[in-house]
Amino acid sequence: MKINVNGVERDLGNLDPMTPLLWVLRDELQLTGTKFGCGAGHCGACTVHLGGVAMRSCQLPVMAVQAPVTTIEGLSADGSHPVQQAWRELCVPQCGYCQSGQIMSASALLASDAQPDDAAIEAAMAGNLCRCGTYPRIRQAIQRCAGGGK
Amino acid sequence: MSAADLAGGDGTGIDRRSLLRAFGAGSALLIGARFGRAAARPTLTAATATTLADPLQPSLWLAIAPDGAVRIWAHRSEMGTGIRTSLPMVVADELGCDWERVTIEQAFGDAGYGDQNTDGSWSIRGFYETMRKAGAAARWLLEQAAAKQWGVDAAKCVAREHAVHGPGGERLGFGELVEAARALALPSDDQLRFRKPGELRYVGKDKVRFYDAADITVGKAKFGADVRPEGMVFAAIWRVPVLGGSIESVDDTAARKVPGVIDVVQLPAFQGAPAFQALGGVAVIARNTWAAFRGRDALQVKWNGGDAADFSTEKFYAAMRETAQKPGKLVREVGDAAKALEAAAERHEALYTVPFLAHAQMEPMVATVELTDDVCRVWAPTQNPQGAQQMVAMATGLKPEQVEVHVTLLGGGFGRKSKPDYCVEAALLAKQLQKPVRVQWSREDDTRFDYYHSAAAVRIEAGLDGDGKVVAWHGRSVFPPIGTTFDPRDAASMPSAGELGLGFTELPYPIPALRLEAGPARAPTRIGWMRSVHHVHHAFAECSFVDELAAKAGVDRVEFLEALIGAPRHVDMSGTDFPNQGASMDEYPVDTGRLLGVLREVTTKGDWKGRNELPRGRGLGLAAHRSFLGYVAVIVEVDVARDGTVRIPRVDVAIDAGKLINPDRVRAQLEGSATFGTAIAMLGEITFENGAVVQSNYHDYPVPRLPEAPREVRTYLVASDAPPSGVGETGTPPIAPAICNAIYAAVGKRVRDLPVKKHDLSWS
Repeated sequence: MKINVNGVERDLGNLDPMTPLLWVLRDELQLTGTKFGCGAGHCGACTVHLGGVAMRSCQLPVMAVQAPVTTIEGLSADGSHPVQQAWRELCVPQCGYCQSGQIMSASALLASDAQPDDAAIEAAMAGNLCRCGTYPRIRQAIQRCAGGGK
Repeated sequence: MSAADLAGGDGTGIDRRSLLRAFGAGSALLIGARFGRAAARPTLTAATATTLADPLQPSLWLAIAPDGAVRIWAHRSEMGTGIRTSLPMVVADELGCDWERVTIEQAFGDAGYGDQNTDGSWSIRGFYETMRKAGAAARWLLEQAAAKQWGVDAAKCVAREHAVHGPGGERLGFGELVEAARALALPSDDQLRFRKPGELRYVGKDKVRFYDAADITVGKAKFGADVRPEGMVFAAIWRVPVLGGSIESVDDTAARKVPGVIDVVQLPAFQGAPAFQALGGVAVIARNTWAAFRGRDALQVKWNGGDAADFSTEKFYAAMRETAQKPGKLVREVGDAAKALEAAAERHEALYTVPFLAHAQMEPMVATVELTDDVCRVWAPTQNPQGAQQMVAMATGLKPEQVEVHVTLLGGGFGRKSKPDYCVEAALLAKQLQKPVRVQWSREDDTRFDYYHSAAAVRIEAGLDGDGKVVAWHGRSVFPPIGTTFDPRDAASMPSAGELGLGFTELPYPIPALRLEAGPARAPTRIGWMRSVHHVHHAFAECSFVDELAAKAGVDRVEFLEALIGAPRHVDMSGTDFPNQGASMDEYPVDTGRLLGVLREVTTKGDWKGRNELPRGRGLGLAAHRSFLGYVAVIVEVDVARDGTVRIPRVDVAIDAGKLINPDRVRAQLEGSATFGTAIAMLGEITFENGAVVQSNYHDYPVPRLPEAPREVRTYLVASDAPPSGVGETGTPPIAPAICNAIYAAVGKRVRDLPVKKHDLSWS
């Protein structure tokens, strides 16, 4: 079984094909930027891109991975993705645990809609919980990437 | 040479005598101090060892390498407050170094640092002076070294921008001075000179903000489950759903057949009060997390619930309400409240309840332990590394100094991670298996085996005179105290002065007849502190009740509250058992002037007058509360749709927390508090049936999602020279009552029993 992660073909050997992608990334490939929050698709901490679309990796058996996977580690080589930059400029994170997922959801949104309105932001980001309450800055950071906002 | 000697032990300052003892008594001791247990332990990692050869390390808190690199040790845990940035900022500013050349190291759990339990919104208050001294002492050494080299008066030499500057324009970089400075004896406290506010580059400014933000945005930040020692196995634990219940039999046949499962082992049940003990249960050991979870799910366990098997929140809440109607333990008294109530022109009574709440931090509990014959290494997202050290030492039979607790970043804490039960689980397994083990809790484990926020019933009755002025107040607070988690005796069921002093005892209004009482409660579950602790229910009841009184009096709510608070003064708490967070009443009085100050700040800047006329369905709510020695007032705007859905378009918050170190992180905490308070108000509710927690994950224990959280949070930081108070928890208590007060203003429905989600708010 092989999957493409961050542009690299990875051979998973005879791993249980039902293993969720999250645990493949974290436990097998040591890509620990993707986080475990709920294991049930409720919280979004495990969000990655599958073929450019935001997906909850805890709900995705690795055998179903038929497109290239991008994780937070592969979003940019050096943290220079506009979403990552906006996140730093507005100092969005608090504890940081949900932020990989937030950034992956936000970057997927902006890739499909460069100027999302409020409703689009709410729809795209409602699946990503943040218990610290960084939501106002998340909104601002996405608006900043879209060319508006403060 | 112990760590305690270096740091002063109690964390209140650098102990000059011990420092001189360490550094002034010959080179052997000097080396001992630098590379002995206390100093060397934080520099054990390979990275530190290579870059920090021959450093100037005048205390536990910082080291300067000959190449000028500065390392500052953060001894408090980072769970999102920015404390790992803010305390080192104070050191950096007093030292005069460039922030770009600072690396922050996380300190191990070690009593030498003083208190490390990152709770109680205490880090800045407790360690601001220590950090200043640590920076100033290092700076003194560098200035002395430079002065000696130049043959000038050290008083004319100034350290700034990573170099010492002499009176004739001389300049030597910090790194160049390390060798000479190492030979000098440390200054005494009275030789230290602190920078004037105008000389500070970082403190009080938004230049630095948050050290860890860069790593977080690229996925490099290391949290609890991101550490993996060689040979580590993965464990998931099945625990008895009812506290104090026991296992009758275990069939692990199916579990052992799950591919990747290595072993199934039992952990003993805790004895006596649960405290910080591991709960016990059945652990499935596997080659990866997924196999451990699947194996755990495949266990067939027969168990019984024991004494608590018939516990339900429904019955418990009814009992608490009943207790709240009965006379209780006297907490504070002014005048004769019973008489004044009799004589009042009008009386008003209300009973408020708050349910059990879970922390629901995004990172489920997790700990990794590696054990050899004489060293135990623990990696954990813990708020309480010394607590973990003590408990793991007990579990492994090692001495505390043989237990190294490495604190990772915390994916949220909110008080849950002050309790090291999960570290003990990993230690017990590491001992049993003789292998490094990571214990990973699932979200379901996290929700069901929390140390819950106390459910509470608070009853208040007040008397008003003919002018609508409050002349009598009788409050009664009932909740299962945190003490019950640690003490099985009946006496522990009565809230202590410390717990009541979280928002109940210190009622700040000068009411001529006041009686405050407490009533007992105990629930068969682990009660723990959660962000803002008992201020949550006390502020909810008090600030809601004041709103009800204002409505009854028919007076504008701001005017009513200002009149109720009365003239600026220090509330007389003499004769009342009020620990005041352990702070002195002289330094941190209950200051109604500051409460009025934040109220005026928020109502002026938040434009209360201009925004208060709103159509039906929209409303403003107000609340002001002192907690953790700081003062916060909030205005919440709600928008209640006809179907009863509540949105929060805007929250305005003013805080007076005394001197502020890192304003951006203060704002961030207030923004976060607005959402945390929204969770308490709108959504949070843990229930028990047959002794077990009903909820399990974010679908049935929801926390606000982006559309449900306050859309905009405007923050106002009151400039103050008062000593620093807490911030992290201070913003939360007034949010829930302000939301409910806003709902009342919007649709005329009064919510006295949280959460709001249980109530029908629809209107037509």
